[in-house]
Formats: sequence, structure tokens, C-alpha cells
Amino acid sequence: MTIEDVRQIILNILADIAPDEDISSIDDNTKLRDQIDLDSMDFLDIVMELRKRFNIEVPEKDYEHLATMAGCVSYLTPLLKDRSMAS
Amino acid sequence: MRYETIIIGAGLSGLAAGIRLAMFDKKVCIVEKHVEIGGLNSFYVRKKRRFDVGLHAMTNYSPKGVRSSPLGKLLKQLRISHDDFRLCQQEVSEIRFPENSLRFTNDFEFLRQEVSEQFPDQIDGFNKLVEKILSFDELNLNEGGCLLSRPVLESFISDPILIDMLFCPLMYYGNAREGDMDFYQFVIMFKSIFVEGFSKPQGGMYYILNLMADKFKSLGGELRMGNGVKTINSKEGTVYSVTLDKDGELETEAVLSSMGYVETLSCCQPKVLDLEECKIGQVSFMESLFVVDKEPRDLGYDKSIVFFSTQPRFNYKVPGDLIDISSGVLCCSNNFKFPEPLDDGLIRLTNLASFGRWDCLPRKDYISAKKEWRGRALDALFAFFPDFRDNVVFLDSFTPKTIKKYTGHINGAVYGSPQKIKNGKTSVNNLYICGTDQGFLGIIGATLSGISMANLHLLK
Ligand SMILES: Cc1cc2nc3c(=O)[nH]c(=O)nc-3n(C[C@H](O)[C@H](O)[C@H](O)COP(=O)(O)OP(=O)(O)OC[C@H]3O[C@@H](n4cnc5c(N)ncnc54)[C@H](O)[C@@H]3O)c2cc1C
Repeated sequence: MTIEDVRQIILNILADIAPDEDISSIDDNTKLRDQIDLDSMDFLDIVMELRKRFNIEVPEKDYEHLATMAGCVSYLTPLLKDRSMAS
Repeated sequence: MRYETIIIGAGLSGLAAGIRLAMFDKKVCIVEKHVEIGGLNSFYVRKKRRFDVGLHAMTNYSPKGVRSSPLGKLLKQLRISHDDFRLCQQEVSEIRFPENSLRFTNDFEFLRQEVSEQFPDQIDGFNKLVEKILSFDELNLNEGGCLLSRPVLESFISDPILIDMLFCPLMYYGNAREGDMDFYQFVIMFKSIFVEGFSKPQGGMYYILNLMADKFKSLGGELRMGNGVKTINSKEGTVYSVTLDKDGELETEAVLSSMGYVETLSCCQPKVLDLEECKIGQVSFMESLFVVDKEPRDLGYDKSIVFFSTQPRFNYKVPGDLIDISSGVLCCSNNFKFPEPLDDGLIRLTNLASFGRWDCLPRKDYISAKKEWRGRALDALFAFFPDFRDNVVFLDSFTPKTIKKYTGHINGAVYGSPQKIKNGKTSVNNLYICGTDQGFLGIIGATLSGISMANLHLLK
């Protein structure tokens, strides 16, 4: 999976958990929770979706890496690089 | 076969928790003793009409697009869209006391204006109280000390009538305690009723419950109806299975129970509980439904909901008589902004009631007492409101005994024990509680309770 693929995966997950939000204009370096209405319950959902879709466990101490889109991509790309989008 | 979680009860909290777990592919089964879903907020059919048991109104109305509100969070977590709930807002509600009336709508400034007109010397105190309420963190799940509301209100407001008037709706819609109210609970109810406000779903509870049950099942959750949990079994202090009433044992890693705290612990094998030590809820209600042959507004009932007291001071406690006719709640379903008028005119009257007094009546006295006390409640009502007796085409009443029978809550205590277990934990490992006794009350509260307990204990 490429960096672009990983970014798309995060967008897909965000679209599922925040269906009414406009996610097309997300800025990669600004905190997600400042751009769309996400609270700690929603971050749990992101983590749970990663587990469900890709069997990836994100330990609680690493949640901070998911605060921005850029953070998500750099944290997740190494974990997902050998996977295909379809998994 | 072993479940990851068994949820006891297909009321709102159980269904909501079930959706959360099934959404993330947990092996989950909801076990419900009754043959209908809904628990305290269910429905029944009489003479081809379907009635909601619990629903006067949903609290916590917030418009589409607001996502940080309790309703917004709930919809987001269950991945249900605002449109799917089909909420229709109230028109105007009222708190009516012998000498005063305060009206309120889903716009909080309307109530503030009413207070400043009716109680001009109290408005500064009221505004300060509102500031305190809006900045209070009522959802903190850590046990805090027990702060009661009356002293807090008295520090801002010197007129006891205004204090009682503010208490009246908040207590009726969410207080397990007699006489006073935990302050965090007061804040929850103040925000959910006065700041946010009322709505009703088109299609009633029947519609909402089916929406939730269908979602749960479509996500792969299993729902077993008509077979209750007899015992919750643990080994070395950790839960491992439940035994059902109509035999059968289901193995599980965890149990989330919405039966109530004492009700849950009383089912544990081996025994874990000294029942003497637990505070058991007492507050319950009698409710009568009147189908009338006109729109309620044509009979002089133009409010969505009226919280009334026929005495200058309002007393929220278990009555010495079968019911307390000196205060109550009147709800006219028709006076909500439905896109089309409802088929029937419907007026509901709710009064505080004593489970103990109803429970000790022999069957034939029970039936006649229902009729007698319904009549007395109406007599008291008609001293202040127009008489609609000649327009009634169908009526029915239920009592604390009915509530106990269909939901299993001890004493028919609608809001459970006055002592809440906010973190949902019990002394048995992997046995958690949600719903009424966890502390979030009402339809929206119970649903959020199921969601937050599932998130906190069963998803991480
Ligand atoms: C008359 C009345 C009017 C109300 N009006 C309103 C209102 O207008 N607005 C509002 O917001 N709220 C209202 N409420 C309150 C609201 O209905 C409740 O707060 C809410 O439904 C509680 O949900 P719950 O999931 O916590 O509990 P419950 O609904 O009680 O769910 C518990 C479930 O567990 C099941 N159960 C019990 N024991 C067992 C067992 N051993 N095995 C298997 N299953 C078991 C029960 O059958 C039940 O289905 C009203 C309640 C009543 C009674």
C-alpha cells in the first residue's frame, strides 16, 4: 500500500464514523479534532475500525500519533505497506 | 460456542450496547426475558391501537448537524442519521403551579424570559445558576462526592416556589431519589429538558426500537426473546456463563446487564451480595391514557407537556396513598410538530405512586382501585384544567405493579436505585451494568449508557 492508499483508508474510515462531515478539505497537518467534530469516543472508533479492517492493534499510548492526518499516515504506512487495499 | 459478551435486556441501553459491539464484529447475544423489546420504554396493543408505554417525549433535542450534543453523540456512535430518528419537536410546554406558570420551548431564551417576567426579583440568581450549570462536568464517570441540588439552588434563588417549579419536570423525568436530587443529575436533566428540549419520533417508540433492533441484527448480533437469565455464573470471581429460565446455559467472556444493580447481583452464582447494604429504588408512577374524540387543543389542552402541582409546594416522594394526586404530568402527543395529524387524540396523565400499596391489593381490589384512583386523579386535575371526561373513547391505566411485571425492576422503580454505579463495575470480574442503575436516565440517557459502558469495558 502506498502513502496515498493509507490516506484514502483513513478518509474512508472518517466518512463512516462521521457521515455528515465534509472530509474532502482536510488539512494533513492540523489536528483532526479541530477540523471535524471528533471526540475521544470517535478516536476509539478509528482504532476499532483499524482492528476490524486490517487486524492492526493500536495501543492506547500510541493514540497521540493519530491526532493529525499526517500523523496517521506516518504511523500506519509501515504497518500497512505489505497489504493490498482489498484486505 | 462461547460469546464474547452477553447483554441482559433488550431495552434501550442493551440494544445500544449491542449495536456498538456487533459493529466491531464481537460475538454478542442479547437475552431478553419479555417477548417484546423496549423494557421500560416499550409498547402494547389494545383494541387495535398501539400505545407507547414509556414515551411522553424524548429529551435532549438538538438539530441535525450538531454533533457534540448527547443526541448527536448517540447518533454518531450508533451510525444512525438524524433523519432516521424522524424527530418532531414540541410546541410549548408548561410548569403550572397554583399561583405561577412558566412556559418553555426548545429555545432556552424563552424560559429565561418567562422567569424574568414571573419572578423578576430572582432572575439574577437564576442566571448565575444557569452559568454554574452550563460549566459543570456532569458526565464525569469517576465517583464524585454526593452533592445535593436543593442547597445549591437555595444559594442562588431565594423563592422556594421557583425552586420547586424548576425541580418538578426534572424530577419527574429523571430522579431516583425522594425529596432532593443529586446535583450532577439535576444538571443532566436541566440541560436535557430546558436547554435542549423535547421531541417525539414519528411512529413512536415502536419505530425507534425496531430501527435499533434491526440495526443490531443486520450487524450480525443475536437476539433471544422470551427467555430470561436465571443466574449469572462465576468461577474464582470471574464471570463465565449465564443460565436461562427455560433451561440452557450460554458461555461467555463478559456480561453486561441492564436489569438493575441489585437485580443483577441477586442473580449471581455463587452469591456475592449482602442485599441489606444496597439502596433499593422506590420511585414509581401510575399512568393513565385517554383516547379522546377531538384534538386535545379543541378541548382546551394546547401544551405539549404540562408538569403541574395543585399545591403551592411540590413534594416528590413515594405517596402514603396508592397515588399522589396533588402533582403530575400531562402529555398530549398531538401537540408536537408532526408532519400530519395523528389518527387519535391522546392525553396521558402520570402521577407518583406507591409500589407497596398497589402490590398488597388482592386482584379484584386492584382492578377497582385502578378505576377509583384514576377518577380521583382526574377530579384533582379538573379543578385546574378543562374536563374531557365526556370525550373519552378509550382508556387504560398501568401501575408500579405493571412496570415490575414487564421490566423486572424491583418496586417498579422507573429510575432504579438512588445510588448509581457510574463506572458500571461490579465485584465480579467482567460483569458490568448499564442503563438505569449506571446513572444515565431516560431514553437518551439509557442509550448513551449502553454505548459508554460498551466502549469503556468491552471494546478496548
Ligand atoms: C411510564 C414511564 C414513562 C416514561 N417516560 C419517559 C419519557 O417520556 N422520556 C424518557 O426519556 N424516558 C421516559 N421513561 C424512562 C425510560 O423509559 C427509561 O429510563 C429507559 O427506557 C431505561 O432503559 P434501560 O435500558 O436502562 O432499562 P430497561 O428498559 O428496563 O431494560 C431492561 C430490560 O431487561 C429485561 N430483563 C430484566 N430482567 C431480565 C432477566 N433476568 N433476563 C433477561 N432480561 C431481563 C427487561 O425485560 C427489560 O427489557 C419512562 C418510563 C416509564 C416507565
